[in-house]
Amino acid sequence: MAQAPNTPAAGRGKSKELPEHLKAYKNVWVFVELEHGRVHPVSWELLTEGRKLAAALNVDLAGVVLGPSGEGTDSAVAEAFHYGADRVYLVEDPLLENYRTDPFTKAMTDLVNTHKPEVLLLGASTLGRDLAGAVATTLATGLTADCTELAIDPNRNMAATRPTFGGSLLCTIMTQQARPQMATVRPRVMAMGEPDRSRSGEVVRERLDMVEEDIVTKVLDFIPDADSNQAQLAFADIVVAGGLGLQKPENIKLVKDLAAVLGAEYGCSRPLIQKGWMTADRQIGQTGKTIRPRLYIAAGISGAIQHRVGSEGADQILAINIDPNAPIFDFAHHGIVGDALEILPALTEAFRQRLAVDRLAG
Amino acid sequence: MSQGLNMVVCIKQVPDSAQIRVHPVTNTIMRQGVPTIINPYDLHALEAAMALRDRLGGTVTVLTMGPPMAATALRKALGHGADRGILLSDRFFAGADTLATSYALTSAIQKIGESRPVDIVFTGKQTIDGDTAQVGPGIARRMGLNQLTYVSAIPTIDQEAGEITVHRRAEGGVQVLKTKLPCLITMLEATNVLRRGSLPDMLRAERAEVETWNAEAAGVEDIGKCGMKGSPTKVSKVFAPSPRAEKAKMVEGDTAEAKARVAIDALAETDPQLLSVIARQPALAS
Ligand SMILES: Cc1cc2nc3c(=O)[nH]c(=O)nc-3n(C[C@H](O)[C@H](O)[C@H](O)COP(=O)(O)OP(=O)(O)OC[C@H]3O[C@@H](n4cnc5c(N)ncnc54)[C@H](O)[C@@H]3O)c2cc1C
Ligand SMILES: Nc1ncnc2c1ncn2[C@@H]1O[C@H](COP(=O)(O)O)[C@@H](O)[C@H]1O
Repeated sequence: MAQAPNTPAAGRGKSKELPEHLKAYKNVWVFVELEHGRVHPVSWELLTEGRKLAAALNVDLAGVVLGPSGEGTDSAVAEAFHYGADRVYLVEDPLLENYRTDPFTKAMTDLVNTHKPEVLLLGASTLGRDLAGAVATTLATGLTADCTELAIDPNRNMAATRPTFGGSLLCTIMTQQARPQMATVRPRVMAMGEPDRSRSGEVVRERLDMVEEDIVTKVLDFIPDADSNQAQLAFADIVVAGGLGLQKPENIKLVKDLAAVLGAEYGCSRPLIQKGWMTADRQIGQTGKTIRPRLYIAAGISGAIQHRVGSEGADQILAINIDPNAPIFDFAHHGIVGDALEILPALTEAFRQRLAVDRLAG
Repeated sequence: MSQGLNMVVCIKQVPDSAQIRVHPVTNTIMRQGVPTIINPYDLHALEAAMALRDRLGGTVTVLTMGPPMAATALRKALGHGADRGILLSDRFFAGADTLATSYALTSAIQKIGESRPVDIVFTGKQTIDGDTAQVGPGIARRMGLNQLTYVSAIPTIDQEAGEITVHRRAEGGVQVLKTKLPCLITMLEATNVLRRGSLPDMLRAERAEVETWNAEAAGVEDIGKCGMKGSPTKVSKVFAPSPRAEKAKMVEGDTAEAKARVAIDALAETDPQLLSVIARQPALAS
């Protein structure tokens, strides 16, 4: 993206016509990220979002599935329809078993050149970002990374909004003179719709025009992460987090105790990671995890913008802060002004009692 | 006897985003006085390159595209032990998005490679101002280098055979990849600690002439692919996040216990299913 975004560039005043040869580009595509037989949930979030864009443009929504033939790929195709795709472009090939830049880039760019989508969305996972950068350069088109909001403007261009300058500001970026308009979105930023198991659609198959000898890079091994907890935080229904207001590493326990009573995941603001009080996979925010829980309890966290962008997708936020003017109260739904070291144990106890009563009644 | 590896590290000078403020009235960025730093991720790339130089010998050239003041970033890198610094600076490069940036950098890297082919190009995982993680893959694609993103370790490298193995961060685990040189590596954060410069390096850096290349010197073939002109993406608007319409409802109470009880009531009132959702949490089973 442009690095000096203080002058509103094109897009104001006279709207530029799309060059003639690009008018053939139609439909919204979502890359369905399939690895080790499983689909990354960000793909379903993007199909849900893509549905809205396709409706605004009055075009079809398609999923792109790249993988080896087998059960995982079959169910990825079926589920893509459940999450809203009208069509699936499928490239089945044993070379697409483990992710490698070259075969995936070839499969994707060939599909785009043949079927010409106007919008192409990918998850901002390590795989999605690797692929998106290679595909956009090959196609010489615009790519906007880590978008938090996507919309269609009156000229049928996609307006992609993302945090900039480390999250202190937002900017809206357009690709007016090239197609497809590409964007990546981080997991959990968009809401995932309910699947409709009765939906199905058309499958368009294409071949990968490549043999193993064409691919220089070989996958020697895959070492799964030992900490299976890694992904949990992003998907937890309830999250409790602490910030510098906890004052001492020992007080992390107060956050963990409340989390235990709620069956919640726990996390923290960035300074606690830097101090080594928690492991990096528990950081919430712009450079950590984005969460979308039903309830987020933040104790002793000021609510800096970088923290906010990763947590404001929560349905309800309860903030505990000793300072009534802390910025977190600008986006929390409920606030307790008080000392987190007292409030956290009190909340733990009150929830314990309340849940016991509820269980008896239920 | 081999001459060791010819490596180029792309670094970017960025505003220290922790210090950027938005003017409360005009809603514009207050850039005055914001200090600049080397993009933190790029320092891991620099250290990784120097560590390979320790193993096999060779040269580490740092390359940056930016305004003349970006020379400071290069001097700093030289002070940490880089061998050569090149500043790519031309008004034609201004306003570049990632596609145009990777085009200009590619021209310069090819120029560097004219005297001796480049074995490895390093970039950071991403920048903290652009944050896109696209420039690395862009360079790899343009130069036809084997692309290795999110690398956390380089366990083996064999220059004779022209082979390298790396650990690459993937979803849910680490891929061990083997590929051929030349390649492009984007380094993950927290993989190494940048060494402190030696006294001679620091002294040398202070006096060093940073080579400055304009578009012509860098051998840019198509100026139309640079800067604003060569950028398919355009920023149409920059704005501060809007505050939520309502501020948080404050929980009243004399004691911590009272506040806790009132808060739970308030949460349950907004979301009547909340307590039963909590009771169903899998983690509670244990
Ligand atoms: C490029 C970049 C990326 C970043 N990414 C992230 C990110 O992903 N996630 C993130 O969280 N941050 C991130 N940050 C850092 C962010 O800007 C803030 O510095 C950070 O979120 C502040 O953490 P904090 O709220 O815990 O600490 P502080 O801002 O120091 O706030 C502590 C709060 O605790 C309150 N407090 C003090 N004592 C008590 C008490 N006894 N009881 C209750 N409250 C108390 C204070 O009133 C204050 O509001 C990033 C910064 C940069 C520059
Ligand atoms: N102007 C630039 N000059 C030199 N290197 C750059 C420049 N912009 C980006 N890079 C490199 O590309 C990486 C990724 O940048 P980005 O795509 O902006 O996140 C950075 O970590 C740098 O190594």
